[in-house]
Amino acid sequence: MLSVKDTEKGDFSPELIAKFDEIVARYPEGQQKSALLPIMHEVQAQEGWMSVASMDKIATYLKIQPIEVYEVATFYTMFFLRPQGKYVLEVCRTGPCCLVGAEEIMEYIEKKLGVKEGEVTEDGLFSWRGVECMAACGAGPVLHIGPEYKYHENLTEESIDKLITELKNK
Amino acid sequence: MARKLLLEHINEPGIETFEVYRRLGGYRAVEKALKSLGPGGVLEEVKTSGLRGRGGAGFPTGMKWSFLAKPEGIPRHLVCNADESEPGTFKDRYLMTYNPHVLIEGMIVSSFALGANTSYIYVRGEMMVQIRILEKAIAEAKAAGFLGKNILNSGYDLELYVHPGAGAYICGEETALLESLEGKRGNPRIKPPFPAVSGLYGRPTVVNNVESIAAVVSIVNDGGEEYAKIGIGRSTGTKLISAGGNLKNRGVYEIEMGLSVEEFIYSDEYCGGIPNGKRLKAVVAGGSSVPILPANLILKTASGEDRLMSYESLAEGGFQTGTMLGSGGFIAFDEDQCIVRNTWNFTRFYRHESCGQCSPCREGTGWMDKVLYSIEHGQGSYSDIDLLVNVAKNIEGNTICPLGDAAAWPVASAIRHFRDEFEWHINNPQESQNRNFGLAHYADALSPQVDS
Repeated sequence: MLSVKDTEKGDFSPELIAKFDEIVARYPEGQQKSALLPIMHEVQAQEGWMSVASMDKIATYLKIQPIEVYEVATFYTMFFLRPQGKYVLEVCRTGPCCLVGAEEIMEYIEKKLGVKEGEVTEDGLFSWRGVECMAACGAGPVLHIGPEYKYHENLTEESIDKLITELKNK
Repeated sequence: MARKLLLEHINEPGIETFEVYRRLGGYRAVEKALKSLGPGGVLEEVKTSGLRGRGGAGFPTGMKWSFLAKPEGIPRHLVCNADESEPGTFKDRYLMTYNPHVLIEGMIVSSFALGANTSYIYVRGEMMVQIRILEKAIAEAKAAGFLGKNILNSGYDLELYVHPGAGAYICGEETALLESLEGKRGNPRIKPPFPAVSGLYGRPTVVNNVESIAAVVSIVNDGGEEYAKIGIGRSTGTKLISAGGNLKNRGVYEIEMGLSVEEFIYSDEYCGGIPNGKRLKAVVAGGSSVPILPANLILKTASGEDRLMSYESLAEGGFQTGTMLGSGGFIAFDEDQCIVRNTWNFTRFYRHESCGQCSPCREGTGWMDKVLYSIEHGQGSYSDIDLLVNVAKNIEGNTICPLGDAAAWPVASAIRHFRDEFEWHINNPQESQNRNFGLAHYADALSPQVDS
């Protein structure tokens, strides 16, 4: 049986490690790998993206091979494998949202921010991308911003303007 | 007014808190199950209710539960599938946001019936807000003695945890979900063995949709027989429908099974019709994976009967003229919508979400995406239409999990019912960039059936 307590904890903050310990305790003994996704969310919330160094540290903490973290990070779309803007606007681009104007909203965001999908604005504040169905089809077009992932629904050009101004002044 | 079971108190201020939920009769099902019914009693009620899986497949929940293996000394698990990602479906997110305790209560009762002492709710990672809501609800229930050790002095222990996904549609497939819960890539497993025998950590496991588990609460409270009285035929009870697309009142509705599709779309109690004075062109009735139907076939079956919101009525006519209730993701298209563009959009979705294990799905979805892209962008040819049909046919049924079928059906059905629109795109490459094909005859009443 692997025991998480004995493992090398790297240099994550003690608070973060305490959170990891709490997450690992949700799963049966020896199944600490189950904690991988929630732990990766915690790390990304703190660091803004998923660096190889972080993934290696997570692997060490969970006593699994680094490749087991990499293969998960590359499979799930919520993990950013390169640095992003401070605020990543993720806009739903799937059918039901397109029926109510998601494509126009994405064009507007591109114009407004002046960067293409996946790129970061010069001030480092924003990036944006289209994502698949966010389960908010009744209130589309819709976007969310991590790490809280609060949904901004029924988007219009005006509400985008307002949101971006708010984030800039935050 | 139709009967409401899941959303009965949804407009009650504070219903998301334990206090208000309890005051309005919440957690009675836990008391009844633990104190009088016992695990076998709960299972019997669920069987009697005729409840069918609300995630899309419509498999009888009671039967699924009865398949659970119960070897001595090996823990069993209940896992709630809250990885709601089917385009057009947003009922589970709604329920978890506004009435989280009904899910928690359902999880307690269901776990008790199955003999599970550790249960998980797998919520898609995008729903961080709902994850926090559920964690709060769990803490409240635990503080009130409905979770943890020796619940209500019955000797039954249960720990309930929320587990986040991280943006993968495929994790809604139950074995992919279990892989993901084990901290791996969400690659569906080959079945058998089914999760009921070898699921989470190789232990017997039941995976149920949020709405199925929440429905267990009223089944236990009122009895399976009462529940089975609602609805029509083998489609018992109420169903949450997510109404999206071009509808006046989009949102989540709880309907009694058997409501007519026409009433659902046009009555003011439900969707209120199509906005901006437009006409209905097509409907995807059960989430993006089910066949799309033109307006005339969604309102009436091919034999001229009213189409009803039930598993059987929506499926009437098979895939030739019918569709499926699926997850209840109801997407309406008005006359300005382009079926080719929408089909391409859905196909791009499936390409993006294919896990890549099986060649027919991995290669086929990419192939269909490219062909549909070229038709949509004025570079298609007639042979492309047949090619799409051929590729779809070769994906269907040839993959480990149903994602392949889910990718093939929308394409096959769009061509089946809207072939003239695809041909129009090919014949008018320039014009199709600037305007839509329009309504054609899709909303015309069906001509009387010719006896063959």
